[in-house]
Amino acid sequence: MKLYLKIWRQKDASTPGKIVDYTLDGVEGDMSFLEMLDILNEELVSKGEEPVEFDHDCREGICGTCSLQINGEPHGPDRLVTTCQLHMRKFSDGDTIVIEPFRAKAFPVIKDLIVDRSAFDRIQQAGGYISVNTSGNTIDANTIPINKYDADEAMDAATCIGCGACVAACKNASAMLFTSAKVSQFALLPQGQVEATERVQNMVRQMDLEGFGNCTNTGACEVECPKGISLTNIARMNREYLSATLEG
Amino acid sequence: MGILDSKIPSGPLADKWTKHKNDINLVNPANKRNIDIIVVGTGLAGGAAAATLAELGYNVKTFCYQDSPRRAHSIAAQGGINAAKNYQGDGDSNYRLFYDTIKGGDYRSREGNVYRLAEVSGNIIDQCVAQGVPFAREYGGMLDNRSFGGVLVSRTFYAKGQTGQQLLLGAYSAMNRQINRGKIQAYNRHEMMDLVLVDGKARGIIARDLVTGEIERHSAHAVVLATGGYGNVFFLSTNAMGSNVMAAWRAHRKGAFFANPCFTQIHPTCIPVSGDHQSKLTLMSESLRNDGRIWVPKKKEDAIAIREGKLKPTELSEEDRDYYLERRYPAFGNLVPRDVASRAAKERCDAGFGVNKTGEAVFLDFAAAIERYGKEKALTSGIKNPDKTTITELGEEVVKAKYGNLFQMYEKIVDQNPYKTPMMIYPAVHYTMGGLWVDYNLQTTIPGCYAAGEANFSDHGANRLGASALMQGLADGYFVLPYTIGDYLSDDIRTGAIPTDSTAFEEAEQQVRDRMEKLMGGSGIHSVDYYHKKLGKIMWNKCGMARNEKELKEAIKEISELRKDFWENVKVTGTVDSKNQELEKAGRVADFLELGELFAKDALHRNESCGGHFREEYQTEEGEALRDDENFKYVAAWEYKGEPKDAELHKEDLVYENIELKTRSYK
Repeated sequence: MKLYLKIWRQKDASTPGKIVDYTLDGVEGDMSFLEMLDILNEELVSKGEEPVEFDHDCREGICGTCSLQINGEPHGPDRLVTTCQLHMRKFSDGDTIVIEPFRAKAFPVIKDLIVDRSAFDRIQQAGGYISVNTSGNTIDANTIPINKYDADEAMDAATCIGCGACVAACKNASAMLFTSAKVSQFALLPQGQVEATERVQNMVRQMDLEGFGNCTNTGACEVECPKGISLTNIARMNREYLSATLEG
Repeated sequence: MGILDSKIPSGPLADKWTKHKNDINLVNPANKRNIDIIVVGTGLAGGAAAATLAELGYNVKTFCYQDSPRRAHSIAAQGGINAAKNYQGDGDSNYRLFYDTIKGGDYRSREGNVYRLAEVSGNIIDQCVAQGVPFAREYGGMLDNRSFGGVLVSRTFYAKGQTGQQLLLGAYSAMNRQINRGKIQAYNRHEMMDLVLVDGKARGIIARDLVTGEIERHSAHAVVLATGGYGNVFFLSTNAMGSNVMAAWRAHRKGAFFANPCFTQIHPTCIPVSGDHQSKLTLMSESLRNDGRIWVPKKKEDAIAIREGKLKPTELSEEDRDYYLERRYPAFGNLVPRDVASRAAKERCDAGFGVNKTGEAVFLDFAAAIERYGKEKALTSGIKNPDKTTITELGEEVVKAKYGNLFQMYEKIVDQNPYKTPMMIYPAVHYTMGGLWVDYNLQTTIPGCYAAGEANFSDHGANRLGASALMQGLADGYFVLPYTIGDYLSDDIRTGAIPTDSTAFEEAEQQVRDRMEKLMGGSGIHSVDYYHKKLGKIMWNKCGMARNEKELKEAIKEISELRKDFWENVKVTGTVDSKNQELEKAGRVADFLELGELFAKDALHRNESCGGHFREEYQTEEGEALRDDENFKYVAAWEYKGEPKDAELHKEDLVYENIELKTRSYK
């Protein structure tokens, strides 16, 4: 198929960017979206032009590196997939595809389609852990039974890949789905209880400091999340936050 | 040759590690504050090591090429992690895990190292649960297990099909805690360009900031390389696009021996290649072999009809199917080790029974499992005389709960519903058992340079068992390295900070700059990917699942020519002093072009078949691997001498005091 691509090009963080048009022929349905971009880049390199830079790594939907806004949607039109797992069979011959970086104040553009998501790391550093030494001298893993339902729900929250689609989808560029996924994972497990109060307060504080907006319950994040992280997590974080505040 | 001292402690196998920990030197907590350690790579091994070392009090700097430590490729491991907990009461023990690993590795790994791995495996699970890793649980609240290839017990712990992700996020959270305390400085989007040696000791690295292009000097008292494997030398592999051998290869060029480079794991259950545009291959977890049955048609005409789309696999009757693993290996069936399963698939496809349009795929079929689970579920749900549709529905539910995310991934990529029609799979490069040679302390042949996880060669011999990579990465990082590195650093308590303005750093930086200029200065005929793909084809065709003398010799010649061509004619766009993904790729491919040749040289010299290394000249009448313990019971460690062809072989003889060497049989 033949495609008309409108791609955001930006030299670096301090230079203004713009949309550039490209036409690409010979795209097949079995190609992934990123393989389509590989072909475009191969053509650009052969012409001596600089290829379009985009973040990607595992190309199997788990590392959370790829981060494209495709026709206005994070990770494109398909549901429950990252950009690397989006296949060209979702598009038709003659389509125009607009490709931009994730847009958010807290995710500044580094180059072309690459953004800086280190704000996410800093939110995790503020409290996304259990303070246990890694000496291995803990209790036997089966000492505390955990209700299967809770364990499964904790796992569902923990599957967040930190890609930032939730932020890119939100009109307020809120990181509440991301932050709440980690808060929830630990809130649901007995091991997470000890530091629950400080954790939620510290993580939320950092989230605000980074310049992410607030949640207005539109639910766009849940729809666009490639891992289907549920909005329930935000409700749980709000509850945790409220009780933490009341506890002081 | 004294240099290849494995430093295995004396004494009975089960006491070695404890004895060693009691004997080695320690660094007191106050002195740890004056010691710096660089950790390159933040996957399971690197992330775990960085967190633990920082927690002990050392000043740690981590480096990763990804934008966050959480994205290291350990994250993609699906199936699980082994531990000899014996929660299932099925006869598991440290010894059995040790034995299975040595046997699975086809008797090419060290007894001492492997026993230590088995010994600390239980701790890993305790540790991860304490960190909040949400492992799968049974209804009673206890941890659940499943079984993997090459073993007869259920010792694999898992978190859906995302075990690697959860374990990595555990290590990442431990790192975050130390970053928050200021004990780890994380340099993300940084690539190690070279290792710096001062007076023969590893004292730092030259790194490139991948965003600004700036070249930086970083010093430390010791350097840990936890940079993963080199499967991407094949271009197509299940590794991440960025996975590379640069750090290990730079260390090799500076004096670290490279061990058993030809020991590469070709994983049997990957999604087959669909066309020339393919950039990477996707693994389907080995756990699927718990329930999936592997088959091809018995008759060639049926295989052809399926390939041409004239026949559906579901239309083929049981009698017309060849469940070749169950036929050849009745004891282990579909759960034979990976090397055996991969070769068996290749054998059937080479014989003309492949089932996709390229003829390079076999079926992995869940119909029987769906029916079995469906009947069971109907029974426990109190449904009497369920009809076929109900059974299928119930069975699909059970299968979905077990492997749902894998099935979804398959459907997204292949556009077929694996609940209704069998999956198609084919072997792909997945893991490299070879790597930097290390002693029992995980130290390379360069003092102060350590290697952990997939980057070292130590524990898996010639073939790795499923769910053992995660175990080894975390064992090295959490429980081995933090002890052993202290023994070395105890000599450094009075050294003080290592200056970065020495000649050693200056020269190393200059070499890095020169090399980048040289890469940019190619005549500009072909792209980096052009060379990488060419290299990959040579590797896959001549150094892949089956190797022979003639083709290996050809491979050596072709790779060396390709390397020459690359340096003369590669085209790298952009500039050195800015974000430049083409330049990043070029540096990595340049090193693969050297490693590839050494790989072939190693495969050529090893005149035997063992584990993942199958030499066509050395096989039994039934086509099984023919090992030669008399002549090849050693680790081949290669010393850099300029061109890969000049690399010098050093042998570390493998001593088996506790296990009797046998021909591996899974029949």
